[in-house]
Amino acid sequence: MKDLGRLLTGAAIGLPAPFLLALFAVSAPTSLLGGLGIVLFCAAAWLLRRLADTQRARASVPSPYQPLQQGVLRRARALITDPATWRDLAWLPSQFALGLSSLALAVGLWLAALECLTAPLLGALLPTETGFDPAVLELTGRSTALTWLLVPVGAVVAVAAYRVPKHLVRAQARLANALLGPTSAARLSARVDRLTATRTAAVDASAAELRRIERDLHDGAQVRLVAVRMNIGMAENMIDADPSTAKALMAEAKESAGTALTELRDLVRGIHPPVLADRGLPGAVRALALSSAVPVDLDLRVERRLSAPVESAAYFALAESLANAIRHSGATAIRITVLDGVDALVMTVHDNGHGGADPALGTGLRGIQRRLSAFDGTLRITSLPGGPTTLAMELPCAS
Amino acid sequence: MRVLIAEDQPLLRDGLTRMLTAYGFEVVAAVADGPSLTPALLEHRPDVAVVDVRLPPTFTDEGLRAAIAARHACPALPVLILSQYVEQLYARELLSDRAGSVGYLLKDRIGDVGQFIDAVRQVASGATVMDPEVVAQLLHRRSSLSVLTPRERDVLRLMAEGRSNAAIAELMTITEKSVSNHINALFAKLGLQPSTSDHRRVLAVLAYLNQ
Repeated sequence: MKDLGRLLTGAAIGLPAPFLLALFAVSAPTSLLGGLGIVLFCAAAWLLRRLADTQRARASVPSPYQPLQQGVLRRARALITDPATWRDLAWLPSQFALGLSSLALAVGLWLAALECLTAPLLGALLPTETGFDPAVLELTGRSTALTWLLVPVGAVVAVAAYRVPKHLVRAQARLANALLGPTSAARLSARVDRLTATRTAAVDASAAELRRIERDLHDGAQVRLVAVRMNIGMAENMIDADPSTAKALMAEAKESAGTALTELRDLVRGIHPPVLADRGLPGAVRALALSSAVPVDLDLRVERRLSAPVESAAYFALAESLANAIRHSGATAIRITVLDGVDALVMTVHDNGHGGADPALGTGLRGIQRRLSAFDGTLRITSLPGGPTTLAMELPCAS
Repeated sequence: MRVLIAEDQPLLRDGLTRMLTAYGFEVVAAVADGPSLTPALLEHRPDVAVVDVRLPPTFTDEGLRAAIAARHACPALPVLILSQYVEQLYARELLSDRAGSVGYLLKDRIGDVGQFIDAVRQVASGATVMDPEVVAQLLHRRSSLSVLTPRERDVLRLMAEGRSNAAIAELMTITEKSVSNHINALFAKLGLQPSTSDHRRVLAVLAYLNQ
């Protein structure tokens, strides 16, 4: 029944075709009359786009249109030169024909099945010929035995009526896919645009990261080591003359060296956590959960070692999500799942906090998005005010 | 006291050997990679082993794995693990056999020679020694510790690091009597079984913190 409903919608979408086609046909000669046709054409194209978008939404086909510019003339020109407009135009009559015939076929099959199955009953109810007899009774010449034969035929037709609409719906979706989707050239060019943007973001992010590391080393460990050398040098000079001062200087040097070590350790953790190198993603996520102030429930299904960059991106995305949840959501329970989907790593971080997470509000979520997009990954945020919040991340990891 | 050292950096290996020898230890072996560590441990059966977590060939955590494997074959073989960073996950793995005679310290602590040597001796004598940073991380995430007074928290922290009552009393400049009072109070508050043996006490505290 669902398929029949779909076919009905499909036919309805095809219905305005004659009107729109007439509009297009009229627009061609009238464009010679002071541009009136162009207005007509644009209006028709606009209507056609709405119609095609309806079908796209049903068949989940991405939109192929080039962006429209400002200004009436430019807009008209973009409409006329966009190949998608002409492909829409080719789709329209096809959808009209396919939509109506599909619906007719599906309804016809069901009616035929119904008539065949009830043929003996109809025969009994209508023993004599009337002016409006069902067609099936004519088929068998009202012989009772032959009428019974129609019952199995009806069953077969019923099976067909049950099966066929599904294929018809699929055919319409395929038609939409072929004519309404972006062409492969358009798809490629859109992908190139996206890759250029994410690559720029990734390069910027890694340059900023390197600058931060350089600054941390320069202002931290390097300075401490200089101080250590200085202290030891001074102690060396005065160890005979003033042993107690020398001792104090040595103690100071030891202190500075210890601080330098701590700073280096924190820095290393930020670059590439050692536990990630040791144990891979599951171990590192387990370590994250252990150090979390909020209880974290884990479901980790990753058996293999992923490539180091993917592992690192996944780890930092999860770490950042967890930190966000702890810091901002007020959650009392967090759940992390990581699933190795062979082609992509599917990760979710779910918390029972108060929700309202919005990438526009903080840099945390945008950072996660940037990290993932460098690998063509995606972040989907579900966070209604009042909670709960779910971050669903996908990271392609085909090896 | 016989000690085995596993450390791949020659600078540190020689330094450790020199330091331990100076404090009266006998270094029976100094290995430089993971695969030779477990056999060496089982062959020499040292009184204590000082092991770097990260060793060749993979430079990940084979020191830890080798130590755990050796303790599997020879229970309660005293091992002190050294690392550039501490990870609760590893602390938990080390403690999981509950046999004591383990230590887990940051490499930085070698700098405090007196304390480091003390830790090596404690591990050799069957105690459990955890790095203050591990303990700090554990304390940080246990919200139920708010029932303790600041004093009791200090005592708990020092106890988890493997200190005896006498050492705690000295560090906090209070009497041993009041240390044991604090300990009884906090064990009661946390629902732990009172215990006198040092390493059992540490294990009880760590188990509580690790829940």
